[in-house]
Amino acid sequence: MARPLINVPAKVKRGQVFEIKTLISHIMETGFRYSTTGKRIPRDIATFFSCSYNGEEIFRADLYPAISANPFIAFFTTATESGKLEFKWTGDNGFSETATTTITVE
Amino acid sequence: MNRSAPSPRAVGRRAAAAAMTALLLLAVAGSARPADIPLDQRRSGYADLGRDSKAMQDDDTVNPATLWVLDGETLWNQKTGLANRACADCHGDAAASMKGVAARYPAFSPARNGPIDLEQRINLCRTERQQATPLPFESRDLLALTAYVGRQSRGMPIAEASDERLKPFIDAGRKLFNQRLGQINLSCAQCHDDNWGKHIASSLVPQGHPNGYPIYRLEWQSLGSLQRRLRNCMIGMRAAPYEYGAPENVNMELFLMWRARGLSIETPAVRP
Amino acid sequence: MGEKKPGASRRAVLIGGLAGGIAATIGVEPARATPAQMRAAIRNVVGEAPVRKGRVELDVPALVENGNTVSLVVVVDSPMTASDYVKTIHVFNEKNPQPNVISVHLGPRAGKAKISTRFRLADTQTVTAIAEMSDGTFWSATAEVIVTMAACVEEL
Repeated sequence: MARPLINVPAKVKRGQVFEIKTLISHIMETGFRYSTTGKRIPRDIATFFSCSYNGEEIFRADLYPAISANPFIAFFTTATESGKLEFKWTGDNGFSETATTTITVE
Repeated sequence: MNRSAPSPRAVGRRAAAAAMTALLLLAVAGSARPADIPLDQRRSGYADLGRDSKAMQDDDTVNPATLWVLDGETLWNQKTGLANRACADCHGDAAASMKGVAARYPAFSPARNGPIDLEQRINLCRTERQQATPLPFESRDLLALTAYVGRQSRGMPIAEASDERLKPFIDAGRKLFNQRLGQINLSCAQCHDDNWGKHIASSLVPQGHPNGYPIYRLEWQSLGSLQRRLRNCMIGMRAAPYEYGAPENVNMELFLMWRARGLSIETPAVRP
Repeated sequence: MGEKKPGASRRAVLIGGLAGGIAATIGVEPARATPAQMRAAIRNVVGEAPVRKGRVELDVPALVENGNTVSLVVVVDSPMTASDYVKTIHVFNEKNPQPNVISVHLGPRAGKAKISTRFRLADTQTVTAIAEMSDGTFWSATAEVIVTMAACVEEL
């Protein structure tokens, strides 16, 4: 499985509001589809996403079956100090994915 | 009797079937042999995309296909097989060694005495050079490698097929393109040469060029190969699709690349 | 759609088509949310508080080539200061089997109340975005999306 794709600016100024883009590989099976033999395909989605900036949660989202496969979520935050951005996704069937990236604040 | 409202998919499909029948009657009524699109009127499927789909393709950081390209990069550098060899061990940096490769595939294989596509070429490397098992068609790994290799040709024009040995196979692909198929009994040409730009039910008929493959198809919600798309086309015509790797599929790929010569490679593209 | 692998044989394609036909006749298909269900989902979030139109900008394409992937951008007009910020943004739909799309939780650190994602729409319908402010007020916007379908798909 592909590692999550995280995109943040290379460098930001203190106080600057910048965008964080995230993309993970996940089928997001809705649970509302039927196979060609008429059987319901069980739900298998990512249900939760959160982002922490140097340990403090700055964003979280509850995801529903309506979110497209390979979920893309982009949001903004304010640059405080340099450090680590940590991302976590959880979902059905024990799904759990994490990613980290560094942010340089000058 | 089905009392509940039909699903939009069922309605759409019935409308499509009705439109197809109308088109069939038109086609039977009086057209001459379908003609090639004039070279200067050819357009990539990109031109038909909505604003947001175009934006998805244009930006690698939001294009879901990038997930496969990154996987492909990992696989490229991974030693595998009894030979314990990575693609990189022979081919080095893909950005240099693979530049232009996808733009000239399918290519003639002396061993096969016929054309092979990029997927088959990758598998030949796996079996002959890496002593590894071939990757199944449409598997995530094969798609990832094809996307990674194809990505190195992005922006380059599809090459003119200058290899004389390919000519009979291009002709075979052309014959298939112009042949009525399936229960719907339409040829590729009747929609994609004669009626591109028009609509069938709610869908715009594209010219059907292969310049973006493998593509992230919104319908599949996944990356997929040209052969997968061709099989979808044949199922659309209610014809039995050719198996993955069948010579008919490769000849069709080859003909489509010839038909799209000069168009820019967009791999990995986004398409509906 | 369907669990048939892309490498389905001809026989599997024919059997699949037959079963699909039977399934349609019996009326086995996904449940569909109603506008009432959407209103209930909204009430779940908003309670009895009034929902005002405005301050929320909902950017979705007016027409999409495929309902599987619809771009969504929600922007809320807010200074995003410690005393005046957007707490949550909820997105709802009226015709998917389920009325919820996404709920995001922000805070003053967000700097900008703008989120982007991609979601699914089963049919042409209205999308609703509701923002909850730090002062407890709710604001909303709606948008219509026409959903068209791809041609030549894998299942019959």
